[in-house]
Amino acid sequence: MTLSSLRQQFLSGETTPAALLRQLAGDIAARDGTTGAYLSHDLETALAEAEKADLSLPLGGIPIGIKDNINVLGQPCTCGSRFLSENYTSPYDATVIRKLRAAGAIPFGRLNQDEFAMGSSTENSALQTTRNPVAPDRIPGGSSGGSAAAVADGTAIATLGSDTGGSIRQPASHCGVVGLKPSYGRVSRYGLVAFASSLDQIGPLTRSVEDAARILQAIAGHDPLDTTSLDEPVPDYVSGLEEGVAGLKLGVPKEYFGEGIDPGVRAKVEAAIQKLAAKGAEIVEISLPNTSHAVATYYIIAPAEASSNLSRFDGIRYGRRAANPSDILDLYKKSREQGFGPEVKRRIILGTYVLSSGYYDAYYGRAQKVRALIRRDFEDAFRHVDAIVSPVAPAPARRLGTCADDPLQEYLSDIFTLSANLAGIPGISVPCGVTDFDGGTNLPVGLQILGPHLGEATLLRVARAAEA
Amino acid sequence: MSQSHIDVRYVANLARLELTDEEVAVFQPQLEAILGHVDALTKVDVSGVADSEAGPLRLGRMRDDVPHESLPAEAMLRNAPDQAQGQIRVPKVVTDA
Repeated sequence: MTLSSLRQQFLSGETTPAALLRQLAGDIAARDGTTGAYLSHDLETALAEAEKADLSLPLGGIPIGIKDNINVLGQPCTCGSRFLSENYTSPYDATVIRKLRAAGAIPFGRLNQDEFAMGSSTENSALQTTRNPVAPDRIPGGSSGGSAAAVADGTAIATLGSDTGGSIRQPASHCGVVGLKPSYGRVSRYGLVAFASSLDQIGPLTRSVEDAARILQAIAGHDPLDTTSLDEPVPDYVSGLEEGVAGLKLGVPKEYFGEGIDPGVRAKVEAAIQKLAAKGAEIVEISLPNTSHAVATYYIIAPAEASSNLSRFDGIRYGRRAANPSDILDLYKKSREQGFGPEVKRRIILGTYVLSSGYYDAYYGRAQKVRALIRRDFEDAFRHVDAIVSPVAPAPARRLGTCADDPLQEYLSDIFTLSANLAGIPGISVPCGVTDFDGGTNLPVGLQILGPHLGEATLLRVARAAEA
Repeated sequence: MSQSHIDVRYVANLARLELTDEEVAVFQPQLEAILGHVDALTKVDVSGVADSEAGPLRLGRMRDDVPHESLPAEAMLRNAPDQAQGQIRVPKVVTDA
C-alpha cells in the first residue's frame, strides 16, 4: 500500500483515515508485542485529527509514525532513554511535524530507537527490545530501528527517522524498506533532540522510493528556527522519478568492495548495479581514498558534539532528577548517572576527552581536517559521476545480543554510511534482494545510492530505477 | 595524540557523570580500544587543509533579530521535576557563611 494508492482510496471513499488508523492500531495490538517497534501510540488524538483531515492535501489523512526523538506537541519524546521516559511531554511541534501537518498528514505512534540515537541495532534503547520483522531473532538495525521495523511489519505506512551516521539507511537495509537521509541543511532539525548537530538529519522510511520522495517534498525547505537549514528552492522530487538512468554515470567506489564485506551482500549489490547498467547507466570505478579514516573521524566528531548537546540533561528543567542530592553538583552527577545508559555514557566520556584541554587540537582539530579531506573525496568524485552506488552495510542483520561488549566492532560496521554524514551529502537505501547469513535465510540487503549535496532528485531517480 | 590511556573517572567528572567502579572497569578497556583506533588519524597528511576549510559546514540564512512569541512559561514548567511560584525549584546552591 503506497501513499498515492492510499490517497486514491481516501478520495474515492473506499476507506477513510479513521478506518486506516483503527486498522493500524489493530495491527499494532496483534503484531507489535513481538516486534516492539512502538514505544507508545495515541489513537484517540490521531482519530480526532483524522476527522479534520483535508484529503485534498498531498498527504491528506496519511498517518506517519515518528521516531521518539522528534517532538510532537502533547506526545512523549523519550529518545529511548530513562532520562525522559517519565514526566516529559513535548511542549511544541518540531518543524518537520508542523510541515507534515500542513501537508495533511497525521503523526501517529512513537517509535523505538537506540538511546539518543547512539547505536546501530536499537539494542541501546533503555526501554524496549525491537526485533527485525523479517527475522525476529535479529536486530532491526539502528538507531531508527523502530521506524524501519514498523514499516517492514506493516504497522506503519511510513515513518520519520533521524540519521547521524547511517541511522536511517542501515535499519532500512536490514528490514528491507526504503530509507532516505537528505543533504545536511535540506530538512529543518528544529525539534529533533540533538545528538551531533553537524551530522544529524531527519528523513523518511517508506515502502517505496516514490513514498520517500513525497514525504521529502513535504518536510524539505528553509526554516527560520534552524540556521543550518538552507534557503534553497525545493525542486519537485516526484515528477522526474520515472526518467530512468540512461545517460547517467554511476560511480562504484573500490574502497567499498574490499575485505570484510559479506559475499552474499556483495553479490546482491553487484547484481543491482548490473541491473542499472542494463537500463542504460554508465558504470565507472571511482576512488574515495579517505574512506578508511571515516570511522575514526566520525567517532571523534560525533561524541564531541554529543557531549556538548547532552549537557542539557542536567536534572533541572526536564526529565529525571535524582532524589536527595547533597548539593547542585551532586544533583547533576546522580541524575545523569541514573538517567543515561552505558553507550550514552561511553560517548559522553569519549567526547569530553577529545575536547579537553591538551587533547583538543590532537583529536577534534585533526578530525575536522580529515573530515574536510573526506568531503573533498566526494566533491572530486561528483565532478565525474552523477551518483555513487555501494552497499549500505557490510553484512545483513546480525543476531540480537551478539555485540554487547565490543563497541568498537559495532562502530566499524558503520563504515559505508558515516561518510555521507561527514560530507553532508544525501544517501538512500533501497532493497536489492535477500541473502543467507550466519544461519539465517532470506535476510534483506540494501543498495546505497549517494548523491551530491542537494542532489536528492537525481538520487531518487536512480533509486526508483533500482527498485523497479 | 598516540596515547590511548584515558583517566575515565577524571573525564567522567568533567562530564558531570558519577560512575560506579564496575562501570569504570568496563569502560576503561573499551575506551582505550576506541582511542587506539582513532589514533590512526595521526598518520593522515592534513597539511593541505586550511583551518578555514575544517570549519563548520555551510550555514543558511540567519533570521532577522526581531522579537517573536516564545513558548509560554506554563508550557515549559509542565516538564520541570520540581516547581513553585512559576519557577523551577532546585536544591540550595549556596552554603551558610
